[in-house]
Amino acid sequence: MAEAHAPLLSLRGLTRRFGGLTAVDGIDLDLAKGGLVSIIGPNGAGKTTLFNLVTGLDRPDAGEVRFEGQDITGLSPERLAGRGIARTFQLGRVFGNLSVMDNVLIGAHTRLRAVKPAVPVIGPLLELGLALLRPSSVKAEEERLREEVKAILARFGERLLPRIDQPAYSLSYANRRRVEIARALALKPRLLLLDEPTAGMNPSETAEMQALVAELKAEGLTILLIEHKLEMVMRLSDRVIVMDEGQKIAEGPGEEVRNDPKVIEAYLGHGLSGTAEQESAA
Amino acid sequence: MSSWLDYTINGLIVGNVYALVAVGLALIFGVSRLINFAQGSIYLVGAYIGWVAVVQLHTPLPLTIIFVAVVAALVGLIIERFGLRPLQNSVRIAPLLATIGISFVLDQLVMLTFSPNPRALPSQLPDVRFQVGGGTIGPLDLLIAGVGISSAVLLFVFLRYSKLGWAVRAASQDRDAAMQMGVDVNRVNQAVFGIAAALGGVSGLLVGMYYNQIDTAMSLQATLKGVVAEVVGGAGNVPGAVVGSLLLGLVESYGVAVFGTSYRNLFAFLLLVVVLVLRPNGLFASARQAPPEPLTGTFIAPSRPVRIPRWALLVAAAVFAILPLLPVSFYVLQTLINAWLLGMLALSLTLVAGTIGQVSLGHAALLAIGAYTSALLSLTLSVPVGLAIIAGGLMSAALGTILISPSFRLRGHYVSIATLAIGEIVSLVILNWESVTRGPIGISGIPPLSLFGYDLISPTSVYWFSFAVMVVLALLQARLLSSHLGRSFRAIRDDDVAARAYGLSLNRYKSLAFIFGGFAAGVSGGIAAHLYSYINHETFNTQQSILALTVVILGGLGNVVGAIVGAVALVGLPEVFRIAAEYRILIYGIVLLLLVRFRPQGLLGTI
Repeated sequence: MAEAHAPLLSLRGLTRRFGGLTAVDGIDLDLAKGGLVSIIGPNGAGKTTLFNLVTGLDRPDAGEVRFEGQDITGLSPERLAGRGIARTFQLGRVFGNLSVMDNVLIGAHTRLRAVKPAVPVIGPLLELGLALLRPSSVKAEEERLREEVKAILARFGERLLPRIDQPAYSLSYANRRRVEIARALALKPRLLLLDEPTAGMNPSETAEMQALVAELKAEGLTILLIEHKLEMVMRLSDRVIVMDEGQKIAEGPGEEVRNDPKVIEAYLGHGLSGTAEQESAA
Repeated sequence: MSSWLDYTINGLIVGNVYALVAVGLALIFGVSRLINFAQGSIYLVGAYIGWVAVVQLHTPLPLTIIFVAVVAALVGLIIERFGLRPLQNSVRIAPLLATIGISFVLDQLVMLTFSPNPRALPSQLPDVRFQVGGGTIGPLDLLIAGVGISSAVLLFVFLRYSKLGWAVRAASQDRDAAMQMGVDVNRVNQAVFGIAAALGGVSGLLVGMYYNQIDTAMSLQATLKGVVAEVVGGAGNVPGAVVGSLLLGLVESYGVAVFGTSYRNLFAFLLLVVVLVLRPNGLFASARQAPPEPLTGTFIAPSRPVRIPRWALLVAAAVFAILPLLPVSFYVLQTLINAWLLGMLALSLTLVAGTIGQVSLGHAALLAIGAYTSALLSLTLSVPVGLAIIAGGLMSAALGTILISPSFRLRGHYVSIATLAIGEIVSLVILNWESVTRGPIGISGIPPLSLFGYDLISPTSVYWFSFAVMVVLALLQARLLSSHLGRSFRAIRDDDVAARAYGLSLNRYKSLAFIFGGFAAGVSGGIAAHLYSYINHETFNTQQSILALTVVILGGLGNVVGAIVGAVALVGLPEVFRIAAEYRILIYGIVLLLLVRFRPQGLLGTI
């Protein structure tokens, strides 16, 4: 593989076992800068576990994760966030008691500079001192980030801006998903992992979300997407990876994968419950 | 050599007693994922019921045991039905706090009924010793071993072969699945609480007979030991709890053999902290497990804080500031001074427990560190009192954070256990480190408060001083909460997994919260030392930690104004109603229970 075309993210033989169950089994994956790869598969196929391995919330038993050419296997999630990897969560993990503004500001946490001097050992104490004293540089940074957050929220039209000071627990399910994505965007990610961004959304909300993801892709953001709604997957993805029982059973352009007999079997064979739930969610 | 055999036998016997408590805790944890802090109170009730039976009713031994088991089981059933069942759908912290409240209420009821003085609980067995190898063993030892082993066998048979036992095991493996399969979880809970309470009660009786003495301080010790044994064996693991108990008994017994009696508990808590840090799922836990994915913000009750307008706060502050100029009695000032000191502790705890969600049960240890530092600096090195108090705050911030840091990787109820243990360790170190802390004698003749060379002795000046310090600390904390640290702390509390995924280091921010909170608590302890002029290792005890927690919940977790309002209410109201001192703890326990049940967000709301 030529250096110039080195993928932004590449997984080699990534494996994670839980007791007797191999949740992720020797997965290889390459994602080029600016690309969008979707991972589909029945429930329990290991998609979310794969996300956890890439974002550092779980450690692989074997295999390697490389990001921008560097080995990042087993790094802590906070360090990976610092390198520009942002994600959303399948079940929705907004900070319930924080306002929409504060939720999205947490997304920008890794970009704080003025209030978080990169000084070893006493850095945390300086952070405490600066947070209390608030010199003009700190105030200006906070103000700038707040403006940015408003700009990000504006991408969701009138969904979130009028609720900017409301606690996240008071939001509708769909709005919580939007807050999660806004929070991820506030990190200015180099790689964005979206775990079922349209789960629990109705068709018009899904269409809105699809348009947003398309927009992000057009802006050059590199995206790894887990999604059950196949229409969205087919429209957005450069490539689709199908997982079943931890293994990659097919990979390729959407149309090709869709007609792969192994994929049809995975969904219709032992994966019946998965498709049933997918339909009820849709 | 013979003495070692004695220590081993003693360790196993004591371990057997712990096992009776720990097995009950493990059963309850298995079914409801709850660490029952009231278990030691049931043990206490068992001991006193036993005393009534032996000394007043003159029952023979088998009848005594059955009587104690039945009464204790009834208490357990009442706790389950009225204390915990109503909380099934509330926030995760609620049942834990409820068991703390229940234990306060039970302990105080026993104390009010029987007086706090120790009583003799005579053993009903002949006092003979048999030679076994090089050591000796008495009939009571054999009885304890016999009760321990036969309860273990009975429990095994029950869990293995009875229908209700199956239901208990099913519910502890997967509560929701068991419910869907038609298991009546309420009945399972009843069974578990009844069994656990019966075991706990009998264990209290046996320990009372073993030492021929019972007193109301037994309760907390038993809870602590049971929790240690349970966590060492792996929470919810019944056989693990038995092994953990025997191990704890042996570690304590050998520790006492080498270092002396006053080190007994130190070894127990060090064992706990070591296990929590190295193997938080217990010694026998299987390999690492998948990280849980909770829904949003399940730990803290969601609520909208009550917004108090700034002018109202200013007016309130002004009224309290000019209060000494008005014709009020010294008694009122004295009461409010106590409220301000408790308010500083509550500010500290509301940050740690409320804002960043680490529900500390050992917060009084921070008071103790501040108080000892300030007292010793001013006494032995003649440091001016004002500076010594600040040094006390800094020492409390530094030492407290270092001590608590091993627990930063723990979550939920485990944090509470770890902080409780660390609090006990601090108090035990103060007791045993005589060359520095003067040990059990305590420190007397601590110089009074002074500022810039002027002694603050009149109640008025002490009042202004403590009020001013508290207001400054509160303003600093409010400023902290409005900074990026405020939202970072609260994000970690609401969902630490998502917080880490966005670059928030848990160690860094938990440390900062404890540094800030430790300073406030240390200053409060320092001022208290100079006010009291005498302190010892019991001045700042677990009761104060729980009182502070009640204040914090009353005011609203994380709520700065709430912490102060809560302190004034809990210190002031008993004075207003002239409630006798011995009833106050009872009332604090009841207040805690009512709050958890009816207003978990407190008066002013969680922030």
